[in-house]
Amino acid sequence: MPHLEAPVQLRNVVRQFGQQRVIDGLDLDIAPGEFVALLGASGSGKTTLLRSLAGLDSIDSGQLRVPKARAAVFQEPRLMPWKRAWKNVVLGLHVADAKARAVQALTEVGLAHRLDAYPATLSGGEAQRVALARGLVREPKLLLLDEPFAALDALTRIKMHRLIIELWRKHTPAVLLVTHDVDEAILLADRVIVLENGKIAEQLTIDLPRARDPGQAGFQAIRSRLLGLLGVEVSAPTVGLAQATLRRFAHA
Amino acid sequence: MTETLSINKRDVQPTAKRRWRTPDAVLRLLSPVVLLLLWELASQAGWIPARVIAAPSQIGGTLWAMIVSGELGKHLLVSLQRALFGLGIGVSIGVAAALVSGLSRRGEVILDSPMQMLRTIPSLALVPLFILWFGIGEFTKIALIVTGTTFPVYLNLFAGIRNIDPKLIEAANTLGLNRRELIWHVILPGSLPSFFVGLRYALGISWLALVFVEQINTTAGIGFLAGDARDFMRTDVIVICLLIYSVLGLLIDGVIRTLERFALAWRPSFVRN
Repeated sequence: MPHLEAPVQLRNVVRQFGQQRVIDGLDLDIAPGEFVALLGASGSGKTTLLRSLAGLDSIDSGQLRVPKARAAVFQEPRLMPWKRAWKNVVLGLHVADAKARAVQALTEVGLAHRLDAYPATLSGGEAQRVALARGLVREPKLLLLDEPFAALDALTRIKMHRLIIELWRKHTPAVLLVTHDVDEAILLADRVIVLENGKIAEQLTIDLPRARDPGQAGFQAIRSRLLGLLGVEVSAPTVGLAQATLRRFAHA
Repeated sequence: MTETLSINKRDVQPTAKRRWRTPDAVLRLLSPVVLLLLWELASQAGWIPARVIAAPSQIGGTLWAMIVSGELGKHLLVSLQRALFGLGIGVSIGVAAALVSGLSRRGEVILDSPMQMLRTIPSLALVPLFILWFGIGEFTKIALIVTGTTFPVYLNLFAGIRNIDPKLIEAANTLGLNRRELIWHVILPGSLPSFFVGLRYALGISWLALVFVEQINTTAGIGFLAGDARDFMRTDVIVICLLIYSVLGLLIDGVIRTLERFALAWRPSFVRN
């Protein structure tokens, strides 16, 4: 059996600004194709960690190994306003059949009809899907998602959850999702990590069968446990009748 | 609620239809036309002497004569050449300097402070010095237009380059763009709107400088025409010169607007309409 090395390996990573250690001796491995969600209060170091992994920030000590093929999607789509959608997708990609690749990537995210649109004409959800296509067209081994759904409306967010799982299954990158949303983390991830003061406070493997939904057995228990770790007190989980009948399916 | 609204509308509509409404365009023309008529009447009656200002009819007649004889065309061409030549050089220097100091830290250290010092000097204040250095020939005239137009382009483009959303630069970095690609695909297109702002200012200034420099020792150009007319107390020709300046200013502004429409087609204001 071929040895599959973890694409992301962090050993005793430290990042500090002045006297404050934002990341404080962090160890983390992410397996190939693993979907990891990173939870934590503001200032827990999760954004700093993601920026280090994206190559946008350096570390002060420790070891950090990331694949060269990585892509990031941020809370804002960060598309170049002066480039049409398909040009944005293949920006910086040096391949002969760029247009064809762009068409394919945009078709995957359901935007085959908006190839020539300028970002200013796209809705928030559409722009974020272009950003996703721009990441995936590079066939990353590691996909970094920095609260990519936070600015979207609730309905669009549900669609995006389904889309991200579909694309993750198809392209099988390792994914690191930074989020504030506990439900989102449980719905999407194989493993949820709670970060506190630059260290891993807790990690949970989520082995709920997919397609997950909040009404699923075990979901609420994980949710209260995670909320507890994040300092939010919840009363004993009650899966009421309403929740059981009106199931919200997050992804197919 | 809806019903009350529709009842109200029915009440209002017939009266609105019965009354004939003057189109806005006609209304807008009304006051200038009345003014012109009053002016003409006052001139004819001798209340406004021709050496104060000529009658509109006389201005029109002179304009026609000057167009037909080709005199106006000749002077216009000379002025236009001067303005465009000076503008071309000024804009080129401004762009080059802004790129050097906008794209490199060292460039900024070397170039920016002298540029910031020089820009505070009104270019027309340089006239005595330029006349001493370069004489009263064509060179001084062009040089003054150049100094006037360089700085607005420099300042705006430099600010445009430095004010590009750092988030876009970060995104470009995660996409693996190298420095050359970053400049070409992100920084230059992103600073283009600011460049156009600078270009607009530069155009206005080139026109202003033109009016001024054409009063010094010229034998052709709109400014010469105006100076000559002053010596002969031809107020009709002076008014024609003023008209030409304003019409050309409008025309060039129109050209810039068209350029913007093409170059900045991605901007929300252009995309949406």
